[in-house]
Amino acid sequence: MSPPSATAAVAPGGSNREQSIRRTPTIGPSSNELRERLQRIWETKPGLYGWLATVDHKEIGIRYIVTAFVMLVIGGIEALIMRVQLAGPEQTLLTPQQYNMLFSTHGVTMIFLYASPILSGFSNYLWPLLFGSRDMAFPRLNALSYWIYLAAGIFMYAGVFVGAGPNDGWFNYVPYAQFRYDPGLNIDFYSLGMIFLGISTSVGAANFIVTLLRMRAPGMSINRLPIIIWGTATASFANLLIVPAVSLAFFLLWLDRQFHTQFFQVSGGGQPLLWQHLFWMFGHPWVYAIVLPAMGMVSDGLPVFCRRPLVGYAPVALATVATMLLGFGVWVHHMFATGLPGLSLAFFSAASILIAVPSAISVFSWIATIWLGRPVITAAFLFFASTIVLFVIGGVSGFMTASVPVDWELTDTYFVVAHLHYVLLGINVFPVMGATHFWFPKFTGRMMDERLGRWSFWTTFTGFNVAFLPMHLTGLWGMPRRVYTYPVEMGLGPINMVSTVGSFVLAIGFLLFFINVLRSRTRGAPAGDNPWDAYTLEWSTSSPPPPYNFAVIPTVASRHMLWEDQLGETRERSNLEEGFILDHGKEALATSALDAEPQRILHMPDDTIIPFVLAAGMLVLFSGLLVRNWPITAIGGLICAADLVAWFWPRISLLERGPAHG
Amino acid sequence: MHPLGYLSGSGAQTASVVPLMWFMLIVSIVVTVVIVGLVIWAIMTKREPVGPRSLRTIALEHRDGMKWIWTGLAISIVPLLATALWTVAVLAKTGSVPGAPLTVDIVAKRWWWDAQYSDGATGERFGVANEIHIPVGRPVLLHLRSADVIHSFWVPKLAGKTDVIPGQVNAMWIQADAPGRYRGQCGEFCGAQHAHMAFYVVADPPLQFAQWERQQMQPAFPPATVQASAGLSYFTQHCGRCHSVRGTPARGTFGPDLTHLMSRETIAAGMLQNNPAALSGWVENAQIVKPGALMPNQHISGPDLTLLRAYLETLR
Amino acid sequence: MAELATATPTPLPVGPVRDHGIGRGGMFALIASEAALFGYLLFSYYYTGASAPTPWVLEAHPALKLALPNTLILLLSSVAIWFAERATRHEERAKALIGCGIAFVLGTIFVAVQMFEWKAKAYGLAKSSYASLYYITTGFHMAHVVVGLAVLAMLFVWTGLGYFTPTRRIVFTNGSYYWHFVDAIWLAVFTTYYITPYLGFAT
Repeated sequence: MSPPSATAAVAPGGSNREQSIRRTPTIGPSSNELRERLQRIWETKPGLYGWLATVDHKEIGIRYIVTAFVMLVIGGIEALIMRVQLAGPEQTLLTPQQYNMLFSTHGVTMIFLYASPILSGFSNYLWPLLFGSRDMAFPRLNALSYWIYLAAGIFMYAGVFVGAGPNDGWFNYVPYAQFRYDPGLNIDFYSLGMIFLGISTSVGAANFIVTLLRMRAPGMSINRLPIIIWGTATASFANLLIVPAVSLAFFLLWLDRQFHTQFFQVSGGGQPLLWQHLFWMFGHPWVYAIVLPAMGMVSDGLPVFCRRPLVGYAPVALATVATMLLGFGVWVHHMFATGLPGLSLAFFSAASILIAVPSAISVFSWIATIWLGRPVITAAFLFFASTIVLFVIGGVSGFMTASVPVDWELTDTYFVVAHLHYVLLGINVFPVMGATHFWFPKFTGRMMDERLGRWSFWTTFTGFNVAFLPMHLTGLWGMPRRVYTYPVEMGLGPINMVSTVGSFVLAIGFLLFFINVLRSRTRGAPAGDNPWDAYTLEWSTSSPPPPYNFAVIPTVASRHMLWEDQLGETRERSNLEEGFILDHGKEALATSALDAEPQRILHMPDDTIIPFVLAAGMLVLFSGLLVRNWPITAIGGLICAADLVAWFWPRISLLERGPAHG
Repeated sequence: MHPLGYLSGSGAQTASVVPLMWFMLIVSIVVTVVIVGLVIWAIMTKREPVGPRSLRTIALEHRDGMKWIWTGLAISIVPLLATALWTVAVLAKTGSVPGAPLTVDIVAKRWWWDAQYSDGATGERFGVANEIHIPVGRPVLLHLRSADVIHSFWVPKLAGKTDVIPGQVNAMWIQADAPGRYRGQCGEFCGAQHAHMAFYVVADPPLQFAQWERQQMQPAFPPATVQASAGLSYFTQHCGRCHSVRGTPARGTFGPDLTHLMSRETIAAGMLQNNPAALSGWVENAQIVKPGALMPNQHISGPDLTLLRAYLETLR
Repeated sequence: MAELATATPTPLPVGPVRDHGIGRGGMFALIASEAALFGYLLFSYYYTGASAPTPWVLEAHPALKLALPNTLILLLSSVAIWFAERATRHEERAKALIGCGIAFVLGTIFVAVQMFEWKAKAYGLAKSSYASLYYITTGFHMAHVVVGLAVLAMLFVWTGLGYFTPTRRIVFTNGSYYWHFVDAIWLAVFTTYYITPYLGFAT
């Protein structure tokens, strides 16, 4: 029950309705009474309904992280099976069809069902806390993006379980992906699943963008944003513009397969390379979208363990944006061997070489931060610091493929497999493991075990390098990609065995990491609010934070809110003790885009089943399309339509309308 | 040691590319060693032991760290620029085919390589499969077509790969500077047996190449024995729809031209040595050797297989 | 202490007021994403057309006698919804309903005319890459129009129920943005499919 609002009760006439649209919020300190009231307003209701209906960004973030880690494990098992098959020449553990499905599904799982969602999960949890805000801009949309991710993952893996998983590689080139050459349901599961998943990515991106522009605490100007914000924001702007390219490509392919359209069919005047252009116009910026937020995690976490601010905040922030902008202009480097004109090759080669420059800025910044700080070697620090090493190796192998004539030898060999694993594990997985160690105390209130953490780090790091460093040589020795076996006379047996052994050591490392995570949930040492003495706003809340995040809205005066006294950079101080008290219901504060001045009081939506039902309706719709059952498709469509009407129906509680009158 | 390795090459194209590749490789290794060294050194020399105080104090040395970034960038730009310029130079040098090339039309099919040669003077053509002979020291212009999906023509010791894409003709040139058998393999995933779509580029000294061409141009000799004749009948009836042997009624084009089958060292797109046992096994049931291949299980009886082999062995 | 705590705070709007509110950003994000989708569709047209052997377009002179008036009809519907949106600013419910209703009717006519055009074509979806692209692009657009008609219908109902006041009307404004977007996209699609052949593209 909320206390009487600042407006008068029920007086007729326009002037009173005018009054209710403005309010001067109370400013003051927190109190136990306030916290209890906010707790009741914001907490998720218990039981199954609450679990399905929650719009709490922290719960949604945890779900993303858990689901993505499950996908990581599944993709990892797929890889281990492949590595057993490849451990020696001419082995027959797997048929070619089985192997081809495994390598394809492994790629799809890791790149789409793990790499982006894990970062969405951390960002979802952290963004409002980092901003000093109560929630994301669109909490219901947030819930929807998770439910769609889960549904799309289930949809695609349903295909895997019936033996119809993707089998033309994760970039799925035509004509092989056409019905004539691949008549099973494999590519249909993949195509429809990707369109489905793309909706999750797009709505998530929209949510991050609007949250960034509107939901920051007063005083949090853009030069005070943690780098993870820069990373995720850049990725989100990109995702909004690139996901339609791949969704369109898959839709056109599905139409070619099912309705005999001619988008990619040579015989009908279609163009196989159109697929590659559409896919890589999406695919290249995408690979930056799945590393830039993780680089932000390192840029925000490493300084804490070096006991000093990040060296070169502005260059790193700008380099994040520059990398993505350049990333829009290099997609053709995935197509160097397709017979393009020389001028085009030279341009894209030069751009691909140039993109090393902004990427390098972060590396130098991290090294300088360690060098000019006092590094404290915790497990989190080790994961973050190892990113630098792995990033450089992945970066130089990428540099090598940027030169067209050299790429003509390297492309489609194990050299590229080495490169992509160094950049994907090195700049996504390792930072994520560091981020887990770093933020686990905040999420759960408990510390992870440091000793087990160090063991898991060294095992993972060693296993990874034993598995993938030799792959550069395997590629230079001529082993092509995507082969289910290789002849004895290639001389590639021993080096492949080394990689296989390394992959199992890597797997043990992951196992230790997950054991650490699971055990520490119940047996970890109590963490307290700020066990690392870190400097950003989330560490000023309890561990875990209350559902409303901040009892009073903080005011921000610098980039290192909790270190202001020690750093003495400015005379101003952030204020975490007193601020806007927004307690007239489920309220949050919106601020202006550049300087974060208070702009509006928002009424946030309550828990609701509507996003879950929409995702379920979409699952029915896509399932109907998959089997070309139009009644089922129509039912799914009707569920979605009805749900959307319910979602958008203007509500008084959200101040979307006045009271109805005749 | 590594037939598909390209750290060294024997062709005119690789002569330009391999030095650039080594340059980039060395730069990469040096950069990696330096950066890894810096990271390890920084951690080892600057670290604090983990303890109750270590996570409570702040490093207040206000030394300007920006020069690290600018210095690092300045140093990085040099090899990047050098690489860009060298790349453009190599592209310019190897872009167009030099001199008077021999032309070969390659058609990539699942999962083998069809190579068609034509005699410029007479216009006669012959086709071979998977073993592409070229004269040493002369540029060879390859016209690449695909009969089905995307493949990639790659003979690492002579040149980088060029994709073979249905609906367009991609051209590339190669030139072997030393005689030898150079292994190639498809470089773009193309389905079930992508792993076994190899081929050989055989560089012969010019006289030997001319001899090979003349021999390949000949139609097959008529079978000399009764057994071989019976084999020819069987072949025409059961294999002629997909395979051709010039000089016989068998004129199928779906599978390889077998007119001079026994002149090849390997069969099944480089998978098997061309010896009687392997040939027998391949003909009898290709699916055991290369599951998914488009040559179905023939269900040949023992006697028929003997006849067929007798005939095939005459195709020198 | 930060200035905020001690300064005299000014009153802040509560919730969306007039046409400003957090939902507007969401609508813009949706529009950006869908505009990108059409961008890729048109890229597909230009790329396929430029790489295909000519003639590629199946009609060197596409009939404008239906498409041009239809374009004007859609433009008029945008005017109608703009008019309606302005009316909501002063809670002129009748005008808003009329404008919204006219927009709905014009939008429906647009869809009907387009479907008639489809039926009158000599080629189907599977005829060639040009045909496939034509039907899918105009089809995608038509799908967006149909969604827009649903939006207009809901705006009509909600206006009729008296939901919107001069201050609480952002839902109407956002809905009208969607309709304008659909209209703007049509101009790009129309130019590509109906005008560029006259200019010689892929003919």
